[in-house]
Amino acid sequence: MNNGPLLFLGFFLAIAFSWTGIVVTNLVQQDKAGTTQPFFDSASETTVPLPMSGAAKQGQLVYQDLGCVYCHTQQVRNPVSRDPGAESIDVARGWGNRPNVARDYIHDGRVFLGTMRTGPDLRNVGQRLPSESWHFNHLYNPVITSPGSIMPPYPFLFEVREIVGEPSPKALSLPPEYAPPEGFEVVPNARGEALVAYLLGLRTDYDLPEAPGGTQ
Amino acid sequence: MSSATTIVSSIDPRTAQVQERAELYQIDESTRLPALIFLGTAIGWLFVGTVFALLASFKMHTPGFLGESEWLTFGRVRTAHLNTVIYGWATNSGIAVSFWLMARLSRTLLRHAGILYVSGAAWNLGVLIGTVGILAGDSQSIEWLEFPPYATPLLFVSYALIGVWGIITFRFRRSEHTYVSQWYLLAALFWFPWLYSVAQIMLIFSPTVGVIQSLANWWFAHNVLGLWFTPIGLAAAYYFIPKVLGKPIHSYHLSVLGFWSLAFFYNWAGVHHLIGGPIPVWVQSAGIVASLMMVIPVIVTAINHHLTVVGSFGAVWNSPTLRFIVFGAVNYTLTSLAGSTMSLRSVNQVTHFTHFTVAHAHHGMYAFFTMVMFGSIYYIMPRILRKEWPSASLISLHFWTTAIGISIYVIGLSIGGAIQGLQMLDVEGHPAFLDIMAETVPWLFSRSVSGVFMLVGHIAFAVSFVWILVKRRTADETSPTLFNTPPSLKLKTS
Repeated sequence: MNNGPLLFLGFFLAIAFSWTGIVVTNLVQQDKAGTTQPFFDSASETTVPLPMSGAAKQGQLVYQDLGCVYCHTQQVRNPVSRDPGAESIDVARGWGNRPNVARDYIHDGRVFLGTMRTGPDLRNVGQRLPSESWHFNHLYNPVITSPGSIMPPYPFLFEVREIVGEPSPKALSLPPEYAPPEGFEVVPNARGEALVAYLLGLRTDYDLPEAPGGTQ
Repeated sequence: MSSATTIVSSIDPRTAQVQERAELYQIDESTRLPALIFLGTAIGWLFVGTVFALLASFKMHTPGFLGESEWLTFGRVRTAHLNTVIYGWATNSGIAVSFWLMARLSRTLLRHAGILYVSGAAWNLGVLIGTVGILAGDSQSIEWLEFPPYATPLLFVSYALIGVWGIITFRFRRSEHTYVSQWYLLAALFWFPWLYSVAQIMLIFSPTVGVIQSLANWWFAHNVLGLWFTPIGLAAAYYFIPKVLGKPIHSYHLSVLGFWSLAFFYNWAGVHHLIGGPIPVWVQSAGIVASLMMVIPVIVTAINHHLTVVGSFGAVWNSPTLRFIVFGAVNYTLTSLAGSTMSLRSVNQVTHFTHFTVAHAHHGMYAFFTMVMFGSIYYIMPRILRKEWPSASLISLHFWTTAIGISIYVIGLSIGGAIQGLQMLDVEGHPAFLDIMAETVPWLFSRSVSGVFMLVGHIAFAVSFVWILVKRRTADETSPTLFNTPPSLKLKTS
């Protein structure tokens, strides 16, 4: 084991092997299977998954810079058992209609599968919690909607401002102990609105040939 | 390992090996400034990282704590913690230890150390820019690759220089034999820039489509541990255990097997972070198989490290270097075997997505790697400065606070994580997610307690480090600082 070049050849092969196997092979495999492209359903004449809206894209950047991924996953897991009838625990918990597949993520830009569930999975949060005002209240201070939650508050996604003339239609309706002083209102700022647009757009409510059951 | 035994005996000036001793001094001397730059900044980052860690930990059980501050929101401080301890503390200290080891084992001077001052400064500037970037909202939110793209090219270039310098030092080797530590160091120096550049390109500068990103992410993130920190930690353990004990490593042939099985299995293992996810089943299975195969290098390394120690427990207990390093080596065995078990589908279904994984990550990076670095630094500093540690009590305080702290951390969060995982699977028994979350809070609190212990230890360490730098060299310093000196040890270490 004194031969320098031979040592390096070994080092090189070791890492090239895993990179090719894990990354490149899967890229080629998905490309061949066509799962890097959206699916056109000729029966209903729809294309799924749909690209994100502009606001949602902005919101994804907020999701990214605040580090939401460190407490929330975005993947409804497959069942551990490979039996055809096996049920996914995540589906049973109500986190989605079906397990996610690779094609669900092709429009995501950056993929936030996540590895931690300090909070619940968010892949279908737009489907599960469709109320915009719920999300605003929750982000302003999570314990308003979810007593006992350890999610941090995000007051910096909102603006507390004096009511001039009519109150804003976007103003949060907060319980008294969280409400601003008389004559003031809490409204989401642009980043807050974008983040909620992103969250509401998170939904796997469509079928793919490789993953039926999304529309149930 | 005959060279190690001769080096030990050569420290006695009355033997015929005065020349060898002088040569060793010169080698140590050539590494002094680069080592001090990397170690000094490492300890600075360790402090910064510990403060971020405590903030993040407090925020997790008391979410209103500093809740108004966007810069210090949980998602950012937690990320700043990870990046400062990984790229600030662990990488800087790993580089310092690598260079010192490489020069010593190659029996050659560190040439043109000036380039290392420049790359060291550039590296730390990159870490600083990246950390401020994360706090300011430019985090990439890709685990282990959060630094914004305006920091990473600087990091890559400075690192590449560091890697090349390690390889050049090896090229000038005058030792006939290449010791196992050198393979680990060379491999690590070569693997890290490959991993880092490929991951940066595939994830940030020219992102691939969909979940291939996640595969590239975990190929990188697990390999930073397996192909960068683990080899450095093992290289140090392989050097210092026989070195301080003055006896050869248990088996040379096993060390060859241990090295190559690590090289070929570890780098497939990262996929176990995606089990059950939207990636092909075959690649998940490959990741699980590789994770299980890791038992081979782990057992082999365990035999070599632990059987070398058998019979010398007294020396381990009395030597600061060995007390830390053997603690680290034992925890390497434990955390690696736990890691292999956690990759099994049935176990993974419970532990994945829970605090159990966080406990495991700290078990590896702290109880193994960081403790080995502490031990190495306790050995290296007196050699490059030619003066001894001022206070054995401070070292003892450092050891006990960090050892107790990390034990509370790993045990507490493992229990909390296991409860969390089991309850999340039990939909009927625990339908409300908020109740599951509430059950984790006491365990999250235990982490904050452990963090305070470790902070105290890091303060003791930093005081020792500054103290040895500034104290005057005295004439009577002929023997290393020990917790206490048994008669049996007096000859070997003098």
